[in-house]
Amino acid sequence: MVSVFFTYFALASIAAGVLTVTLKHPVHCGLALLTLLLHVSGLFILLNAEFLWAVQLIVYAGAILVLYLFVLMLLNLKTDDRYFHSTYLYFLPPAAIGSLYVLILLFRSPFAGAKGDAPTVAVLQDGDTYAVGIKMFSDYLLQFEIVGVFLLGAVIGAIVLAKTPKPITDKRAR
Amino acid sequence: MVPLSAYVAVSAVLFITGLLGVLIRRNFIIVLMSVEIMLNAANINLVAFSYYLESMAGQLVALFVIAIAAGEAAIGLAIIIVVFRGKISTNVDEMNLLKW
Repeated sequence: MVSVFFTYFALASIAAGVLTVTLKHPVHCGLALLTLLLHVSGLFILLNAEFLWAVQLIVYAGAILVLYLFVLMLLNLKTDDRYFHSTYLYFLPPAAIGSLYVLILLFRSPFAGAKGDAPTVAVLQDGDTYAVGIKMFSDYLLQFEIVGVFLLGAVIGAIVLAKTPKPITDKRAR
Repeated sequence: MVPLSAYVAVSAVLFITGLLGVLIRRNFIIVLMSVEIMLNAANINLVAFSYYLESMAGQLVALFVIAIAAGEAAIGLAIIIVVFRGKISTNVDEMNLLKW
């Protein structure tokens, strides 16, 4: 049952990713990106990461994608005639060969390693959100604070960048 | 039981798709969307390894990646608005000035 869901989510997310790159109209690309994000959140559910599922839905599909669509509609872009790079055909064969090589390497690798301290049974006992919270506010507290400061800087930077500039004739504005 | 290789393979395919999007698309907004595809591929990888190697660290790093992606989207779209206000299109080939 899990493998059926995995196959669906994996194939749908790859198809949505390819559509995001190849579709012509930017709004269609945004909607394909939304499909990709929802299916990736489905993969997170299969991996017992319910908290990340919720974060993916709220932050990615809810906030970031709305920001993209808002800017697309604010700018009111016309679809360009030439929307690919002029030499894009030269990129495709190396990409296909390289990805095939990477896939062959991946399926031959064993991926064994040292196990951590959060086995699936222990995570499922109290829930994934509990495990994430305990880990975040003990071992990763400094990183959490750094991300908070980073987001504050990003918000201030975005406001300063997108602010309407004063007219150049005003000398004091320099 | 789905092997770990399958998740890593999905992640690799998505990452290469996003990389190709960054390289061949000429619309700045879609280039940013392709960067989001690449970040999502990295997230799948992190969460899959977190599940199979029984460690919580992968999920936390994925959470931080989502936060970084939110900041990147806000700054990137603000830059697009500034550039577009200067009567330059969003085609990345025409953005070849550092200041004007």
